[in-house]
Amino acid sequence: MALETSVIQEKLTATFGESVFNFTQEKSIFSLEVASDKITAVLLFLKNDETLRFNFLTDLCGIHYPDNDDNHQFTVVYHLHNWIDNVRLKIKTYLPGSNPEIKTVSNIFLCANWMERETFDFYGINFVGHPQLKRILNMDEMISFPMRKEFPMEDGGRTDKDDRFFGRTIDNC
Amino acid sequence: MIESKTKMVDAPEGVVGEGFFATKLNDVVGLARANSLWPLPFATSCCGIEFMATMASHYDLARFGSERVSFSPRQADMLMVMGTISKKMAPILRQVYEQMAEPRWVIAVGACASSGGIFDTYSVLQGIDKVIPVDVYVPGCPPRPEQIVDGVMKLQELVRTESVRRRSSPEYQELLASYNIK
Amino acid sequence: MSELLLPPEHRYAEIVKKRQNEDGSELSILNLGPTHPATHGIFQNILLMDGERILEAEPTIGYIHRAFEKIAENRPFYQITPLTDRMNYCSSPINNMAWWMTMEKLLDIEVPKRAQYLRVIVMELARITDHLICNSILGVDTGAYTGFLYVFQFREKVYEIYEEICGARLTTNMGRIGGFERDWSPEAFRKLDVFLEEFPIAWKEFENLFERNRIFIDRTVNVGPISAEKAISYGFTGPNLRAAGVDYDVRVAQPYSSYEDFDFKIPVGKSGDTYDRFCVRNAEVWESLSIIRQALDKMPAGNEFHADVPAYYLPPKEDVYHDMESLIYHFKIVMGEVPVPVAEIYHAVEGGNGELGFYLVTDGSRTPYRLHFRRPCFIYYQAYPEMIVGALLSDAIVILSSLNVIAGELDA
Repeated sequence: MALETSVIQEKLTATFGESVFNFTQEKSIFSLEVASDKITAVLLFLKNDETLRFNFLTDLCGIHYPDNDDNHQFTVVYHLHNWIDNVRLKIKTYLPGSNPEIKTVSNIFLCANWMERETFDFYGINFVGHPQLKRILNMDEMISFPMRKEFPMEDGGRTDKDDRFFGRTIDNC
Repeated sequence: MIESKTKMVDAPEGVVGEGFFATKLNDVVGLARANSLWPLPFATSCCGIEFMATMASHYDLARFGSERVSFSPRQADMLMVMGTISKKMAPILRQVYEQMAEPRWVIAVGACASSGGIFDTYSVLQGIDKVIPVDVYVPGCPPRPEQIVDGVMKLQELVRTESVRRRSSPEYQELLASYNIK
Repeated sequence: MSELLLPPEHRYAEIVKKRQNEDGSELSILNLGPTHPATHGIFQNILLMDGERILEAEPTIGYIHRAFEKIAENRPFYQITPLTDRMNYCSSPINNMAWWMTMEKLLDIEVPKRAQYLRVIVMELARITDHLICNSILGVDTGAYTGFLYVFQFREKVYEIYEEICGARLTTNMGRIGGFERDWSPEAFRKLDVFLEEFPIAWKEFENLFERNRIFIDRTVNVGPISAEKAISYGFTGPNLRAAGVDYDVRVAQPYSSYEDFDFKIPVGKSGDTYDRFCVRNAEVWESLSIIRQALDKMPAGNEFHADVPAYYLPPKEDVYHDMESLIYHFKIVMGEVPVPVAEIYHAVEGGNGELGFYLVTDGSRTPYRLHFRRPCFIYYQAYPEMIVGALLSDAIVILSSLNVIAGELDA
């Protein structure tokens, strides 16, 4: 008996009401938005409920939207997968730009541990309650968060690259 | 003499007599060093897999004298840096280089080790010659095993013609000082 | 020695000071440092040891972080394949094909059957080479160097096949949106047939060397087991998960590129220990060989190797010089100005190590807005400290090899 997306939507709105919204079917994945303070409750519900049974956290990542308003600057995206009925789900939560914070889900899904550290390393999102929130891929001494849009990709300290050959001038660089 | 298919290295120029062979010390030492270079494979990424192919039976680096691959820097002659070195890894590369005993040579295998490769980013060291002196650069992404063997052969040429006094000469000391290596 | 910054005292030093064993011996801290002959790739593990037994481990990764996700935000869609190559560099065609399939999902492009079958063949070849390296290096770590040398010879044969298809040996950068850049030459098919004849014999010999070998069994059975629940919670996929008994395979769960047309089994293990992982990978090589044979038998006739999407697929060069439309398309594709909708796509394939996923967010411009790689190695390596607790140091090395951690995919 396949798990219909309408069933997921009904169960979630019945339990969480206003905190879950914006349900869309994007290409082949059903996605929704969740208010950032309810995320642990929603994921626990999705994992433990007998019809929903989303037992696998496929992915956790962050995105930076500098053009959005202050309350929607960062987003954390969770991809869940129900192996029994073979249904995927995507959850997005938006976080404010000034102090992005969200509760950790590493006690629900153990694999979220390093994925949250990676998101912290790249975006500076603070995961409250994480057992070891420190940088994982970059050097520990780094102070800025490299995946934010304002951070440049290239190494600023290079002396052997001549900007003239790349068409870069003071005005456009 | 039996006709053998193995190609032996040519003897250096010298005077041959009954039971003796007189030549320059430089040539003999150069010959010995060049044909017994023990590599330290510092393999970090994709070029490391091409190194594995070079050490395997098809291309066989061992016939050039590199039979014993040493992972301990104290027992290796040449450091082959294969793969991308990130800024997090640079102090470790430096430490490994400093532990090697003189004479030591460095081959930078691949575009990432030579100049940062396609990764022009904040986290990748743009060429290992920013932290250690390099003797031979082998370009390629990844270089074919024949290219890596060619790099080793070029290094052999360098080693064969190097003066025994080079490591204590002021130019070499200056080179090391420019990298802050004592 | 230069004045290198000595690292600050590790928190394990506290534990060592506090605890004194009954016989007077002390605990010790061992740095299984980033450069180590047995860690295939650079990652560090600081181990707290009681003699030869490991009590606790703390891993550090990121020594080869090349900022792929940041680079991907600055490159047009065609220039992202070299990045995908260098993630799991032992099986780069799988990564390439996964990226093209993501793009085709985004643009709703239907790839012709023959091109899909060719993709299946090249992905299964890549899977064979990945498992080949993993298992032979596991042999090297237990002391058996011959298996590695013998089987690596066949990796050279596969390199020759890749060269016939795309020109490169290791980092293949093969394919286009909609198929392949050129049709496979008859020489490629001939080499493939020779490979399919010779490799099974060699692989059987390799299996015979190890599978009932007393020494190998002693070294690998009950070493590093993991239960199925723990594995699912830690995000394991691929052969490591199947060794624990769960038969999840993306090729069967969400078939892509005509995998549903092929008949293959999914080998599973029981206890998730090193021996099971070794055997699962061995069995998967046999299944991959069977899939390649089926694909060659059922290959549709004709010579179609790409979809008819001129807006995304470079037109043939002769047309560019004569036909106005082809010239315009060529210019736009090379400049990166291809029409891309605003969407969010997640596409997953079964890589050599498990579910390799691409999460792509576009905003209509010529580069992705955000491209995130769901890298299986990064996710399951988290379980490593737990798997080696209580094991001996040499077991820790063997467990690491059997997990098939590839540094390029770990750090991206």
